[in-house]
This record gives sequence, C-alpha cells and structure tokens, in this order.
Amino acid sequence: MTDFFSTTNLGIFLLTLGQVLLVVVPLLVALAFLLYADRKIWAAVQLRRGPNVVGTFGLLQSFADFVKYIVKEIVYPAGADKPVFLLAPMVSLVMAVIAWAVIPFNDGWVVSDINVAILYVFAVSSLEVYGVIMGGWASNSKYPFLGSLRSAAQMISYEVSIGLIIIGIIISTGSMNFGDIVRAQDGAYGIFSWYWLPHFPMLFLFLISAMAETNRPPFDLPEAESELVAGYQVEYSSTPFLLFMIGEYVAIVLMCALVSVIFLGGWLSPIPGLPDGILWMLGKICFVFFIFAMVKAIAPRYRYDQLMRIGWKVFLPMSLGWVVLVAFFAKFELFGGAYARWAIGG
Amino acid sequence: MTVAALAFYLFAICVIAGGLFTVISRNPVHSVLWLILAFLSSAGLFVLLGAEFVAMLLIIVYVGAVAVLFLFVVMMLDVDFAELRGSMAQYMPLALLIGVILLMQLGLAFGVWETSEQAEALRAAVTPTDLQNTAALGVILYDDYFLLFQLAGLILLVAMVGAIVLTLRHRKDIKRQNVLEQMWRDPADAMELKDVKPGQGL
Repeated sequence: MTDFFSTTNLGIFLLTLGQVLLVVVPLLVALAFLLYADRKIWAAVQLRRGPNVVGTFGLLQSFADFVKYIVKEIVYPAGADKPVFLLAPMVSLVMAVIAWAVIPFNDGWVVSDINVAILYVFAVSSLEVYGVIMGGWASNSKYPFLGSLRSAAQMISYEVSIGLIIIGIIISTGSMNFGDIVRAQDGAYGIFSWYWLPHFPMLFLFLISAMAETNRPPFDLPEAESELVAGYQVEYSSTPFLLFMIGEYVAIVLMCALVSVIFLGGWLSPIPGLPDGILWMLGKICFVFFIFAMVKAIAPRYRYDQLMRIGWKVFLPMSLGWVVLVAFFAKFELFGGAYARWAIGG
Repeated sequence: MTVAALAFYLFAICVIAGGLFTVISRNPVHSVLWLILAFLSSAGLFVLLGAEFVAMLLIIVYVGAVAVLFLFVVMMLDVDFAELRGSMAQYMPLALLIGVILLMQLGLAFGVWETSEQAEALRAAVTPTDLQNTAALGVILYDDYFLLFQLAGLILLVAMVGAIVLTLRHRKDIKRQNVLEQMWRDPADAMELKDVKPGQGL
C-alpha cells in the first residue's frame, strides 16, 4: 500500500490530490468564519451588533451570503469582453489559492516542500494583480478601469518593499525554504528567538505593505466606495463577484500565514518547553488576522498620493537600508549571531 | 509516459499556442494576455529543467512587472491596430522571405554543430551536483565572477541615471506640495475660532 502511494504515478497523483484537498477545503470553510469574525470585530469597534440573524449568533451568515451569490443572475455589461470578464475573477481566486501549496502548517506538513518557496509565494502574489487589471478592463466601463489602474500601480509599488523585506529574512536564514526559515527561529528563548525581534521594524513595514498589497483598508483605494463606487468590481455580480471576494480574503489570510511563518515562528511554541504544533500556527494566523481586522476598523482611508508617497519614498528606502544593515550584521555575526542563523536553518 | 514528459508537452504546447495567438489575435490586450501565458509556460519548462530560481525570476520580473507595463501601455494607447494590420498583406512576401532565409541559416549553422571533446572538460563553471540550483547560481555570481557582476550592475545604474536625467524636467510654473511643511503645520497658526452671535455676523 505504501509502495502504491510513493512509486506509481496514479498513487502520487492521488496522494497529492488528497493533500491539496486537505489544505483547500478547511481553508475555505475557515474563511467563512474568518469573514464572519471580520464583520463581528468591525461591528464591535463601532458599537454595532454585526451579523446576528442567521444561525446562532449569526454564525451561518457567510453561508447564507454564499447561497445568495450563487443563485443570482450573472450580468454582463454591454460591450464587455466576455471571456476576459469571466477569466478575471477565476485568476484572482486561483492565484490566491495556489500560493498555499508551499505554506507549512507543521514540521513537514506542506503540500510542496520546494527550495524557492518564498520566491514562489512572491511570484504568485505578483500575479494576483492580473485579476484586477483584467476585470477592470473587460468591464468596458470608466470606474472599473480607473479602479484597476490605481490598484495595479498600488500592488506593484508595495511588492517592491515586500520583496526587500523578504531578502532580509533570506539573508538571515541562508535558505528560501519555509521549513528552514521556521527551524532557524527555533531557539532557547522561545518567543524571543523568532525573527520579529531582530527584524523588528520590518514586521510593521511588512504588515502595512501586506495590507496595501491585498487592497485592505486603510489602503482599499481600488474599491474606494466614495470615489470609484467599488473600483474594478462595479460591473460584477453573482458568482464572479463571489470569486473576487473569496480571492481577496484568501490572499489576506495568506499574508497572515506569511507573517506567522517568517516573523512569528510558524508552528513553534512561544514558551520553551511547550510542544510545538499546528495549533500554534493556526493561532498565529488568527492573531494576525485580528490585527488586520482591527486596523480596518480603526484607521481612516489614505489619500492616493499619500499612499504612493509612503510606498516609494518611505518604505522603499527604509527596507533597502535594512537589507544593507542585515547583510552587515550577518556577515560579522553581530548581536550574538541573531542575524546569521545558517547553521540552524540551511 | 511519465508525469514529467506529460508536463513538458503541456507546457510546450502552451508556449507555442501563446506565442502564436500573441501574433494573430486581433485585440492588442488579448495579445499581451497570450504573451503572459507563454511566459508562465516557459517558467514551467524551466522548473522541469531543474532551474527553479530562473523560473521564479522569470515570473516575478517578466510577468509580475514587465508584462503589467505592457498591458498598461496597450490599454492606454489609442492605436487602430486593425488599420496597421491592413497593410500587412503588402509586406507579407518580404517577411516570409526573410523568415525562410533566417530559418535556413540557423539550420545550416546548427546542422553541422559539433561539440569538441575537450569542451566538456574545459568549462569554467561546471554545474555542481552537490549544491542546490539557487546556491550554485549564487556561488557563480557572487564568488567566482564578482567583479563582472558588479560591473554589469554599474552599467545598469548608469543607464537608469541616464534615463532619469533625460526625462526629468522641473516645471517652475506649477504648484507643488511640500509634505513636511504640511505635516508640521500648527493648527493654532492656521485657524482662528470666533464666537459669532446670532443675527450679528462678524
């Protein structure tokens, strides 16, 4: 039986398919509740009740929304480019989901344990911009087009600083594999061995860049209800809109998982002595998602020129300078070798 | 047929189809989208070759940045591509002739190509077997050929500075925002609160 799954083509295919389903299905179910949590947190900050009608405490609200989206009619705008119009939401969702292939949930619990995992996530998240551009262009309408242009410029700008922050982590670890990155954070001091401490300023830069990259408030300028109605999504209805929305939230949760893995030690336990495990990883993802939700509730939306100014004139020089600093610290093994952990990870 | 062979044929067909439709599709935006498919599939071919670092760079640089700029330009330009295509038939024989000649030359060159027996042994950078692909590339770029790498970077930097110098112009006749000045502005200096009595005005 073991032979069948490790040697024959069909066996490997079935095994991989099972692993993929094991990641994607719980992810999408969890997403329904994260969406609900997002709305509840937002409501609590604004002293409202939030969804509370469908199911106990409104727990089934996301499923009711799901059914509603599915059964509505798909409206095509006149003069829309139909194939591209339908392709855009699919690209958006697929690109967000396939990045999960390299995220480790526990030591060795990863669908595809590749050498260049961090570059893979970066590459796939840079493809997410196509869903937005294609959607805006194919709608054959002014607001979506303006929204998609804004969004593309924003996503590309913040990818640059995310890439530079990631380079600092790669220098510290000496490997681009997520497993190695987490193992390099395993130290005697528990929570204080993780990368958030040596790479402290970059944690905040990464969080903010991740919000801008996923078009999350306070950087939701592509959607900007007050100016662009809903940006690139204006003409979308029914299932295509649902795909866009799921894609957006999967990308947000992916960013939460990325923060957990590269800054918060993935599956490692914060207190030395307690067993490591998948529960820590899931807990950290939820914690980072909570921060995302709180920022959405608290911070007002940025003006577009401010957003671009921060991206290019503040974040880019800061993260670039940090790469040089980290390279210096790592080369001369300063601070007790906190920046040079090749022996542990690589 | 193994999975690798299956994947190879899938990617190869996608590259060829992507390239073909880039040329023949009527809508320029569709052309760029087909081009992106070709890029992605060639990244898949690189992965099959065991060059995963190059594959990821191809996606990040070409698909993630260059093709987005292509798409921007094509969406913004108001060029009537149908009209441009109209005159294509006129140049077709010449283009075909050049294409055939190029193909023949390439065929002649590669048809008689023979690798010297010593060439294998004389290679300066032999592909290492004990290192990962990414680490091997790093050793070649940053250890073996460090100076050449730095010089290449310098040439790119000069080109970038040149492009900026050529296109940057400071206009004196428009107002600009000074962000620091805006941020340091004190509300007490900027506004004054007055208690206005009803019916009197200021």
